[in-house]
Amino acid sequence: MTIQFNDESFRGDYTFRNSDWAIQRFPFPFHEDSYMYSVNMEQHRGGPKGSVYEQRFDVDEHYVSEMKDRALVLDQDPLRCQSLPHMTLAGWDLLELIMVSKSEDYPDLFELNRDGNRWRWVNKPLRIDHTFTFLDETTLPYGPMEYITRQAQGDFAILDQRDDMLWMDAGMVTTQADWSLDFDIGMNFFEWHAPVPKAHEMGIFVRALKFLLNIQQGAPARRLNWTMTVNPLLDTSPENYHKWGIQKTELTPENIGRKQHLRVELQTFFRLPRSNALVFPIRCYLCAFEDLMTVPKWGRRLHRVIRDLPDELATYKGFIDNRPLMLDYLSKFDDGLPTSLGIWPDRETEPPLQK
Amino acid sequence: MSKFDFPPSIRSRPIWSSLEARKGTAHLMIADAEGAEAILDIATPELMANSHIIHIPKGKSYSEHLSALNPAQLYEGPSYEAALPRIRRVLTDGHMGLQVYLAGTEGLMGQAMQEMMSAGIPHSAIQTEHHGSTARRMQCVHCKGITEDIETDPYQCSHCGLHLFVRDHYSRRLAAYQGVRVDAEDHGNIPEPKGIYE
Amino acid sequence: MSGAEKIQVKVTEVTPLNALVTRFRFEAVDGSLLPTFSGGAHTVVEMQDGGITRLNPYSLMSDPYDQSAYTISVRRDDAGRGGSLFMHNQVKTGDEMVISYPVNLFSLDLRARKHLFIAGGIGITPFLAQIHQLEHFNGHWELHYSCRSEALGSYADELSHSHPNKTHIYYDDQDQRIGLQHLLEGQPLGTHVYVCGPKGMIDWVKSTAEAESWPADNIHYEEFLAPQPGKPFQVKLAISNKTIEVGEHESLLEAMEREGVDAPYLCRGGACGQCETRVIDYQGNFIHRDHWLDDNEHASGEKIMPCVSRFEGKTLVLDH
Repeated sequence: MTIQFNDESFRGDYTFRNSDWAIQRFPFPFHEDSYMYSVNMEQHRGGPKGSVYEQRFDVDEHYVSEMKDRALVLDQDPLRCQSLPHMTLAGWDLLELIMVSKSEDYPDLFELNRDGNRWRWVNKPLRIDHTFTFLDETTLPYGPMEYITRQAQGDFAILDQRDDMLWMDAGMVTTQADWSLDFDIGMNFFEWHAPVPKAHEMGIFVRALKFLLNIQQGAPARRLNWTMTVNPLLDTSPENYHKWGIQKTELTPENIGRKQHLRVELQTFFRLPRSNALVFPIRCYLCAFEDLMTVPKWGRRLHRVIRDLPDELATYKGFIDNRPLMLDYLSKFDDGLPTSLGIWPDRETEPPLQK
Repeated sequence: MSKFDFPPSIRSRPIWSSLEARKGTAHLMIADAEGAEAILDIATPELMANSHIIHIPKGKSYSEHLSALNPAQLYEGPSYEAALPRIRRVLTDGHMGLQVYLAGTEGLMGQAMQEMMSAGIPHSAIQTEHHGSTARRMQCVHCKGITEDIETDPYQCSHCGLHLFVRDHYSRRLAAYQGVRVDAEDHGNIPEPKGIYE
Repeated sequence: MSGAEKIQVKVTEVTPLNALVTRFRFEAVDGSLLPTFSGGAHTVVEMQDGGITRLNPYSLMSDPYDQSAYTISVRRDDAGRGGSLFMHNQVKTGDEMVISYPVNLFSLDLRARKHLFIAGGIGITPFLAQIHQLEHFNGHWELHYSCRSEALGSYADELSHSHPNKTHIYYDDQDQRIGLQHLLEGQPLGTHVYVCGPKGMIDWVKSTAEAESWPADNIHYEEFLAPQPGKPFQVKLAISNKTIEVGEHESLLEAMEREGVDAPYLCRGGACGQCETRVIDYQGNFIHRDHWLDDNEHASGEKIMPCVSRFEGKTLVLDH
């Protein structure tokens, strides 16, 4: 396969666009017409050809531009990438996992040649050709986690496992749904999820933790999560909220289709062999409402989900004020017809919009 | 007398409990202002024989009461910062089994806990008891500056000048609560500050 | 599918070390590299012993970064249910076997300023891998290893030779004992203690460390319980609608597997919690042997860990 990489921006003039290919494979997160929290974990062992589930680390048309955006964020704020001292080994684990996976899954884009600890890594899209010594930090320009996650889409949290608990002790976080690595680093699983409403009372995090603690080498897992973002802004960080928060008030009936984006996180979980830590890649996919509406099933369903979502969740996800505007827009794409189960677009079988 | 009943909150917010005397051959007690009362409450001659007390009076001296306990070592310092080199010196020679007791304001306990954790003592093994002011140590999530002794919500960051609302989300690593711009979605619309627990 | 991922291996060396312990070396059947692992991990070895499939966990003792082979050491237990005897008597060089991916329930706390290892007998094996791991990074560690006699001190000579300043060996038959209280008292802040050995030794280290006011987070132990034989009993499985007999020499988990029930598991030693099963109804007494459930859960009659625990009485109905 050959991917045509976009030259686009996620700030300022916001030239980010999804091609038809990217819209078709967008990980729409609602498998039915309503939404409530659930642990919703499944094995991460491939998926339909061409889907975002197919490979261990999905690479798409936004790769090169997303990596440029990450570099910009890190130039402005190096604290977005941090690793507590005991997490260096886990960083090497992650470097190995990503290099091996990408070179096997995308041999036309990435190459890895290993001669003992002498490794040569070729990243064609980013024009990197680097020989280094595995497990020797002095041979890399950054720490191992930072080095490899400057070349991998999505955020990465590395969780140390101790005393039947997970501790967020390292991460690269520049495309986050409004949480701060600098603030949360060092917290345990319950602490960094503390601000999430309702889910604690529902026992979601207790069950999720139990599942995650038992993820074993060679058996990764995944789930989807979602929120809303005005403009295709990757860096919706608390650090910069004083700058981007105001953009949420710029929606109008005329621009909402273009400006309002559904933001989906493909979260995966891999046990790291050398450190016994767990890596939690959080890959962000953005899709404008008007692009989503080209899939009739998604149009019907998104209206129903947003309409029926409890206020607490709409508040937590930061779009309660914009919900009426969203519903005015989305209702035009809901003709009341039933929808098929599952997240896939089902274009061949679902009827076109009947109004 | 000076104990405050903190309202229930989210999982990241620390829960301060009550000190109790534990067995051990070395005890380090750090307190500010009325925090001294927590030490007075648990003191026994046996415990005091192996205790090093560090007290920062902040205008509320307990010297007579504390020296009457006859601890192995007693230090009164003008500020936490002034006491810090001494605390670090104690930790340098500390052995496993050292018992740590922290009492007083959240800012003092949080910062001392930071120091203990970086010396290798797990936070779960450190005892705490809140006394005195309920003011918070706040980190501005935007400029990263820390402002001490915040009693109102919102407050103004002493570094960057933004007006911030006071969250209950707390970082042990930073020993601070998180402050986030209150008027980010409506610039200039800053609510009248109220007491955090009003 | 239950348990961790599987690897097809062939036995490439069988090395008797002394009267009780034999070492086995495994390489991938297809010649590929084995996964790396973290020190303290175990693998579950599948043994086809007549009509019985035995699944026993053994600590990986080789260098975690050596992907060419794994090694384990098996102590012969003449009074056990037969897994170690099978390994000693039946397994030969060239045999093909199935083992699981590494699973670690006894990993190093990498924040530790110092790692203090206390081993008894065959409990030395996880530390061998951990020492390899720490040596790659100049880690700060110290080993205190107690064995019955020089003749039975597996790897004692190698350890003393390679790490003379960090290894301390104690022989029971020479009346040498670990001066534990003194040892624990003197450790600098940030030390973590790890113990692996017989149950009595684990209890001794845990209780001494607690008495020395060590924080619980700094005390680590690995105790794999081998399932113990017991009186046969009958179990009704509500979901699969089967009534099965658990024999004297098999565990409840093994009996369920024999009947084709795909029950989850990882450690098969009462430690990991994977096989926790809800009790729907019972009349009789549980013989709980795990250290996963707490005392209240044991007393409640609501849960059982079928890998090691048994039952005596009239009826037992499980949610399987």
